[in-house]
Amino acid sequence: MRNITSTIVVGFGTFATLLLAAFAQDSAFRIHMLIIAMSLGIATIILLRMVNFTPAIKDDPNEYMDGPIRVGSILTMMWGVIGFTQGVIIASQLAWPEFMWEPWFSFGRMRPLHTSAVVFAFGGTALITTSMYVVQRTCRARLFGGGLAWFVMWGYQLFILLAATGYLLGITQSREYAEPEWYTDIWLTIVWVAYLVLFMGTLIKRKEPHIYVANWFYLAFIVTIAMLHIVNNLAMPVSFLGSKSYSLFAGVQDALTQWWYGHNAVGFFLTAGFLGMMYYFLPKQAERPVYSYRLSIIHFWSLIFLYIWAGPHHLHYTALPDWAQTLGMAFSIMLWMPSWGGMINGLMTLSGAWDKMRTDPIIRMMVLAVAFYGMSTFEGPVMAIKAVNGLSHYTDWTIGHVHSGALGWVGMITFGALYYMVPRLWNRGGLYSIRMVNWHFWLATLGIVIYASVMWVSGITQGLMWREYDSQGFLVYSFAESVAAMKPYYILRMIGGLLYLTGGCVMAYNIWMTILGRKRNERPIPGSIPANAQPAE
Amino acid sequence: MGLLDKHGAIERNASFLLVGSLLVVSIGGIVEIAPLFYLENTIEKVEGMRPYTPLELAGRDIYIREGCYLCHSQMIRPFRDEVERFGHYSLAAESMYDHPFQWGSKRTGPDLARVGDRYSNEWHVRHLTDPRSVVPESVMPTYAFMKNTPLETDLISSALKANAMVGVPYDESMIENALSDLHAQANPDLDSSGIEGRYINVRIEDYDGNPEMVSEMDAMIAYLQMLGTLVDFSTYEPEANYR
Repeated sequence: MRNITSTIVVGFGTFATLLLAAFAQDSAFRIHMLIIAMSLGIATIILLRMVNFTPAIKDDPNEYMDGPIRVGSILTMMWGVIGFTQGVIIASQLAWPEFMWEPWFSFGRMRPLHTSAVVFAFGGTALITTSMYVVQRTCRARLFGGGLAWFVMWGYQLFILLAATGYLLGITQSREYAEPEWYTDIWLTIVWVAYLVLFMGTLIKRKEPHIYVANWFYLAFIVTIAMLHIVNNLAMPVSFLGSKSYSLFAGVQDALTQWWYGHNAVGFFLTAGFLGMMYYFLPKQAERPVYSYRLSIIHFWSLIFLYIWAGPHHLHYTALPDWAQTLGMAFSIMLWMPSWGGMINGLMTLSGAWDKMRTDPIIRMMVLAVAFYGMSTFEGPVMAIKAVNGLSHYTDWTIGHVHSGALGWVGMITFGALYYMVPRLWNRGGLYSIRMVNWHFWLATLGIVIYASVMWVSGITQGLMWREYDSQGFLVYSFAESVAAMKPYYILRMIGGLLYLTGGCVMAYNIWMTILGRKRNERPIPGSIPANAQPAE
Repeated sequence: MGLLDKHGAIERNASFLLVGSLLVVSIGGIVEIAPLFYLENTIEKVEGMRPYTPLELAGRDIYIREGCYLCHSQMIRPFRDEVERFGHYSLAAESMYDHPFQWGSKRTGPDLARVGDRYSNEWHVRHLTDPRSVVPESVMPTYAFMKNTPLETDLISSALKANAMVGVPYDESMIENALSDLHAQANPDLDSSGIEGRYINVRIEDYDGNPEMVSEMDAMIAYLQMLGTLVDFSTYEPEANYR
């Protein structure tokens, strides 16, 4: 018997959300619950069609559980393309404001949709998927808890659906990167606890005596995100059948709690988690051991200790007390060292295998990811210095910084991991096309370089225009003039994003063809086949 | 190095690793955030601060719903250019009733911390309806729909009550009269003695120019028009609040 329990649970969920919609106290909550009920209803029908009463094939406990990872790989790829597309759309909206359909598709509702699609849908699904892959292979143990992994994977997708549809309906807490309202937060808490149980359970039943370094980072990421998520989302709902809540903290305390969360969403979601990814896939693809075991110990503990303190650099020169700002700045600068510890450990892993940069585009992608990690973790401390922040804060420079991290580091390391995992998960001899990986690499790299440099120019221009005085002591520019000056940069930025998106589409095609088991008839990358293996002339 | 050799114990025990990580990541937050709740000089002593009126609170909820904070900050930094452009630098006291805060992180548009009383209601209606009709360079979305959308008011007393539960000093009578206060603020023809007794410094106007209906536009403009106008800076002594 298969799919019976899940069908019943999802069917019950459909019914429950319909009830919530019927008794909703405000219109946004009603529409939101109706959308969720409809989605769960469709899921129930699909599950019903898959119900099978023949006795289930007993899972082999000695085999890895790869079903949820296969689903997760496809979803990661899909969310990536969707998130990049949304980025191009909102970039166009800033360049051409006519390109908005209010109220649902105005910039104010589309931007959280883009950031969450990239950070939580693409990045989060990538982290859950790769952590399931890595933890099994480094522990030599099957995932803990039977169907728990399926619950984590689909439960997380339901969270994404709740969050995304909520944004378009205007359901938001206005906390950046923690926008979903209280009921979505509760759902994510349940899924996240299940994820922690799944990961810890697998670690505990491992057959390897040591826990591999990648798993330290994944574990720190899971447990810290749990702490941050719960504290930052403490709120009082207006009604338990309504969408609106008011946060527990106010003003200055609320601001620091939010940026303690916000900065560590970067630190633990987008850094620690993806370092876990790097520590497995980079050595695997390079076929080299991790450069330094001691460095990994030192940089792991110092990274997770220091990161948490860096939040106040988002609030320089605000009404946050000076002592907190100074602490935030000092720790942000110290954070440079453990960040580069990770970069050095990653790059030096290639010692003796640097030639692969030339012949293996997947390695090249991973190396570029680590290089961008190093670049943005240097830029970050610089921007955290109060004197620099006075200029950069509130401008596009911050946006550029985030994107060199997100497109360069998070995106590229995820692409590398996908290219590594997919042929193995589906038992294909290799990717459909290596040359297309090369195309993806160059499209994405060009896209990031355009994006980041355009945002440097526009951000610094903005900052300088705002503080420009003439010889008489008057402000030179009105605010509106600084807005007008941004137009060419906003168009160029959109083009950078479009290149990156094109790269993403090339990857999606390549991976899909790989899953279908096709092989592209192409010339190999020069030098990738040892000379002595070539037939004699 | 002796210490690093001992790390093996942590690597062999998943629970050690879990508890150790959790301890290490807890410290920074505790040291930085917890004191803000008890250090008395965190929030300046000022005169004039009051909770939002029901109409302003409803407007603030729309401001949040539409994601205005993504392009507009409400935090003027103590720089010469910012103070000249936007007004007195922002105080912590000015957002002490803000659940959540709206300081923002990006200025695609100008800071709004002191936008109150700067423009007329008619200007705001035109600007929200079609921003480029009054600011040609603007890239702001249009919010014409707000004028035709009646404000949802069913939950307004519950909204005040939820705020009271997280510490905003709304008293019983404010919560009880929330709906009538909301209507009274949007229509100068109604009796205003109640709302004026409960809230100091309150603007009572037909904000959107349509007395027939309390629209989302009414609430939005009521909120924008009060931003940054509460604190009485004639009695504020910055030296007394140096931190």
